[in-house]
Amino acid sequence: MARRASWNEYQKQIADDRYYYGRSCIRQNFFPGSEKAFIDILHNDLGRDLLDDPKHSSCTGIGYHSDIVPLETIMTVVARQFSLMNEAGYENFVTSCITSFGVYTEVLATWAEFPETEERTREYLMKATGREFRKPASMAHTSDVMFHFREAIAAKARYRLVNAQTGEPLKVVEHIGCHYAKIFPKSGIGGSEFPYVLAGMVESWGGECVDYPERRHCCGFGFRNYLVQANRGYSIANSHKKLESMAPYKPDFIVANCPGCAMFLDKWQYTIAEMEGTTYGDNGRGIPVLTYEEMAGLVLGYDPWALGMQMHQVDVEPLLDKMGIEYDPAAKYLGANGKYIGKPGAALVNNCAADSVYNIKE
Amino acid sequence: MGKYFDMLMEDVRVREGLNACMNCGVCTGVCPAAEFYDYDPRQIVDTVQSRDDEAIEALLKSDTIWFCGECMSCRPRCPRGNTPGYIIQALRTLSQRLGFFVESEKGRQQLALKRIIGDNILRTGYCITPRLVKPELHPEQGPVWRWIYDNDRALYARFSPVYMRQGAGALRRLDSGTLSEIERIFEVSGGREMFDTIERHSDRKAREMGYEEGADQRYLMDVFTRNSNEHE
Repeated sequence: MARRASWNEYQKQIADDRYYYGRSCIRQNFFPGSEKAFIDILHNDLGRDLLDDPKHSSCTGIGYHSDIVPLETIMTVVARQFSLMNEAGYENFVTSCITSFGVYTEVLATWAEFPETEERTREYLMKATGREFRKPASMAHTSDVMFHFREAIAAKARYRLVNAQTGEPLKVVEHIGCHYAKIFPKSGIGGSEFPYVLAGMVESWGGECVDYPERRHCCGFGFRNYLVQANRGYSIANSHKKLESMAPYKPDFIVANCPGCAMFLDKWQYTIAEMEGTTYGDNGRGIPVLTYEEMAGLVLGYDPWALGMQMHQVDVEPLLDKMGIEYDPAAKYLGANGKYIGKPGAALVNNCAADSVYNIKE
Repeated sequence: MGKYFDMLMEDVRVREGLNACMNCGVCTGVCPAAEFYDYDPRQIVDTVQSRDDEAIEALLKSDTIWFCGECMSCRPRCPRGNTPGYIIQALRTLSQRLGFFVESEKGRQQLALKRIIGDNILRTGYCITPRLVKPELHPEQGPVWRWIYDNDRALYARFSPVYMRQGAGALRRLDSGTLSEIERIFEVSGGREMFDTIERHSDRKAREMGYEEGADQRYLMDVFTRNSNEHE
C-alpha cells in the first residue's frame, strides 16, 4: 500500500481556470478530435476559460530533439509563447503535448539554474520581435488539468470504464510518455516512478490499471529514430517490447498521455500484424489505443466519431461495444458535410484480410 | 588536451548533465537505444570525462552519438545525477557545428531532419503538418492514414473550422506576422546558422561521395532511406 500511495509525494499546483492553450503539432495532426474535445469539455462541461490564440506556434520541440534546432533558439521560441500569453492577459500555461511539456519545464529549469541563459533569451527575443515576457504562474500538461477535474467529470459520467455485460472494471494500460516526468520528476503528478496522472482518471471513472513489466518503457518514438525512415526499426522494436509485455494481462485498451505515444502504439500494431501476423487484443484484433481526451469524452457521452476515433488504425468498436456505448457505425465514414467519403483499406490488425494498399514487407 | 571538452562545457546541458561518472552502467541498462543498437551511453560519458581530444573527436565523427532517442530515461536513474541524454545533445550540436556529423551514416541523416522538420517549421510554424506525412514515405502509418490523407479537407473540417486557413483552431495556417517572428528568432538565436551549417557540410560531403549535384534530392533520399545494418 505504501507504494501505491507514493504518488502523493509528487504533487503540483494545477490552476483551476483561465488557461492559455499550447497546441501540439502531433496531436492536431493525428488526434484533432481529442484537442477539440479537451477545449469543449473545459468550456461546455466544466465552464472554464481557455484561450486558443491564433498567434501561437509550435514550440519546435521535435526539431530540438532531432538536434537541428539549437537550445538558444527553442528558448527564444518558448519566450515568445510566454509573451503572447502575457499579451492576452493569461498566466496559466497549459500544453497539449508531452514533448512540449518537457521543453517548457526544461527551459524554465535552465533559466533558473543558469540565469545568464534567461538574460540571453530576453535579448534575442527583443532583437527578433521587440517583445518582452513574464514567466507563467503555472505550467501544466492538459492531462494534469483533466486529472484536476476527474471527480467533476465522474459526477457527470454517462458511461463508466466498466464492462457493461459483466460489470467488471475494464483493464487499462496507461502510458505516460517519457518527457512527462523522466526529465523533471517533480513536474509530473506522481513523479517518474509511480505517475498517477492517467491512473487517477482511470480509477475515478471505474477502470483498473494494469501493472506490467515494461510499463515505464519508452513507446519508441526516439525522434530521429522514427522521423528518418532508415531508423524505424528502433521505433517498432520498442513498441513491440511493450506490446509483448502487456499482452498476457489482456488489457481492454491502452490510454496514452502523449499524442506521439498514442499514435505509435496504434500504428505499430498495424505494422507488426502485417509483418508478423501477430495481434495483441481480443479475437485476433489489436488493442484499441485512446488519448485521455477520448477516454474522458466517452465517459461524458460524446459521440466517438465527434471525438475523432475513426482516425485510429486499430478499430475502437469492440471497446465501444464492451462499454455499452450507443453509436452509429455508418457515421464513422462521413465527412464534415455529412457525405460518405469511402472507407480505409482493410488490415490484419482489425481482423480483416491484408489490405492491397501496401505490401509492408517490401 | 581538453579542447573538445572545453567546447562541450560551454553547453549548459553538459554542465548540468555531467558530474563524475562512476561507470555503473545503470543508464545503459535502462536505455531503449542500447537494447536495439550496439550502443552504450556509459562509454560515451566516460569518453567525454576523459577529456581525450582524439577519443572525443572520434566520437563526434561516429555513428555512436546518433543512436540515442532522447527519451531521457537515463536521467532519473543515474545515482550521480548525470544525464547522458543531455551530453549526447551537446555532442550532436558540436558535431554539427564542426562539420563532423557528415563522417557517419547516422550523422548524415541530419540533412533529412533539417529539410523535413526544419524547413517545415519556417514554412508553416509547425514541426509536422498533415501533407508532410506522405503515405508513400510512411507505409507503417497504414490504410487509415492513407484514407485521412486522401480525404483531409472533409475529415479535418469535422474538428477544426480553419484547416489550412487563418484563425483559432487546429491545423490552421499561421499569419505572416507570426511566421516572420519565428524566422527572425531563428536568425537572431543561431537556428538559421545551424540549418545553413547542416546544408553546407552535407553538400561538401555529397560531392566528396560522388554526388555530382551535391546534396540534391537523390542524396537526401539516400540518407533518409539507407541503412547499412551494421549498427545492431
